[in-house]
Amino acid sequence: MNERFILKVEDLTVSFDGFKAVDHLSFYVEPNECRVIIGPNGAGKTTVLDLICGRTKATEGSVVFKNKELLSMREDQIVHAGVGRKFQTPSVYEDLTVFENLELSYPKGHGVFGALAFKRDEKVRARIKDIAETIFLADQLDEKAAFLSHGQKQWLEIGMLLIQDPQLLMLDEPVAGMSVAERKKTAELLNRIIQDRSVIVIEHDMGFVADIATRVTVLHQGKTLSEGTMERVQNDPKVVEVYLGH
Amino acid sequence: MQSSAFMSRKEIIGFAILAALIFLVLPAVLDNFRLNLFGKYLTYAFVAVGLALCWGAGGILSLGQGVFFGLGGYCMAMFLKLEASTPENTAIQSTPGIPDFMDWNQLTELPWWWEPFYSLPLALLAVVAVPVMFAFVIGVAMFTRRVGGVYFAIITQAFAAIMTILIIGQQGYTGGVNGITDLRTLMGWDIRTDEAKTILYFVNGALLFAVLLIAQYVRKSKLGRLLIAMRDQEDRVRFSGYNVANFKIFIFCLGAAFAGIGGAMFTLQVGFMSPTLVGIVPSIEMVIFCAVGGRLSILGAVYGALLVNWAKTSLSESFPELWLLGLGGLFIAVVMFFPNGLAGVWSEKIEPRLLALFSKKKPDTSAPDGAPAE
Repeated sequence: MNERFILKVEDLTVSFDGFKAVDHLSFYVEPNECRVIIGPNGAGKTTVLDLICGRTKATEGSVVFKNKELLSMREDQIVHAGVGRKFQTPSVYEDLTVFENLELSYPKGHGVFGALAFKRDEKVRARIKDIAETIFLADQLDEKAAFLSHGQKQWLEIGMLLIQDPQLLMLDEPVAGMSVAERKKTAELLNRIIQDRSVIVIEHDMGFVADIATRVTVLHQGKTLSEGTMERVQNDPKVVEVYLGH
Repeated sequence: MQSSAFMSRKEIIGFAILAALIFLVLPAVLDNFRLNLFGKYLTYAFVAVGLALCWGAGGILSLGQGVFFGLGGYCMAMFLKLEASTPENTAIQSTPGIPDFMDWNQLTELPWWWEPFYSLPLALLAVVAVPVMFAFVIGVAMFTRRVGGVYFAIITQAFAAIMTILIIGQQGYTGGVNGITDLRTLMGWDIRTDEAKTILYFVNGALLFAVLLIAQYVRKSKLGRLLIAMRDQEDRVRFSGYNVANFKIFIFCLGAAFAGIGGAMFTLQVGFMSPTLVGIVPSIEMVIFCAVGGRLSILGAVYGALLVNWAKTSLSESFPELWLLGLGGLFIAVVMFFPNGLAGVWSEKIEPRLLALFSKKKPDTSAPDGAPAE
């Protein structure tokens, strides 16, 4: 096996009633790489993340993460293998406090009886406090998530992923809908948390992409249009035509 | 920091008020007949508490809880019926020693699956185990296929209908539409006397509190918070590494176990079990008890069961044909105006005012006993 890549996506295809949203797509992610996926609307960006994390079942192809085939695994097994996924719209538990939101993502007591017996010990508290500071929510721990601003909810969801400590983190438009100030803070946060793990990000904000990307994959109609460093992709005439041009 | 204690001070007071109501106030003010009636109402509270967990916390609406109530009740009734059907008692039958309805249906020997119900420990085990196994099968079939929401509700309702039809159709084995009647003694102890009924009322109350404490533990555990999380953002829970189906199956089975215990206590206190307690209408009524009491509150569920049933008895004595309409109207009114039921009215409207009142001046009258039911 080639250990150079942590994630190998090969020939990945999904078709919805004959429409191929992702069409024989292949790409490879190295350890500690930050891969950004860009592309016009409907290019299949979110679908690719859905396929990797098991939310959508692939029609054919393979997704190998650390020598494990993900396509035959259940969503929760994929999470335990070390893949974390953030959704495009902030998905937090609004009726629970920030503390409880983070606690539910703490990687312990994930079985039925484990959850019944789960104890909130010092280690758990310390870790949650730690994460809360990272995501700028240390003062909101006892607040219900419903009362957070849009940006804070995005941070909370990022925190819920961080507490799982995934080796592959997938973020779907993490700065969408944020104010300029929040955006800046988020970029700083992401730059910090992508250091010791592999990350796949979907993003439209080109300034932000240039800031974080190791490599960029441009998707168009479910296929790779171009791939490489930001500079190379930006100067690719095909990319300019279908995406960056307008 | 959010407290993870088993009960907050407010909850301890709530439990204490309910305990006082069930163990002191009701026995003191009601005659034997009415007390037995309230004992019957409280058996429905078992179901309502289970629904508060399943539906209120977990968002799983089951319209088939009557099935589990009935299964628990039938398991108990089968034991009592066998005890009542001694060869001496049934000497005039063509086959003495089997339950009377079997004899009327030309059965000449006891079906094999009735045999275990000669044993009280096995029967008591079955009261919980049979509903749980049934719920487990339904839960695995539905939740691993991600059937949820209104589809799940409809399927459970269909189960309630199927169960009724099955029981009525298999008259020789189940007693048919009349159910299992003429139950007399439990290990030689006559359950039809006033004294026995009073004792059973207290046993019922104690069991209800055991169930309430289990429910409280589950609600306060991480599993309780997971249920709320699943209700609001199922996908997020799944992608936080939980097998959502397992948690749904667990809570559905727990609700079924509660309902089964309630059913068994119904049989003991009322003296019979029949398909009219299994079908669609009683199953929906049970959901209404829970909704009226406040589906987020396990104590509210108990008050809901008591209040709606008390209203049902009082109203249907005077206006029998209007009751179902009234019940429907009540359900719509609660859902539209008080989505959190009585418990919601209490915690949003009454409690803040009481607190304001008490903080201004010293309390001069006694505590508002049973106030949540008002």
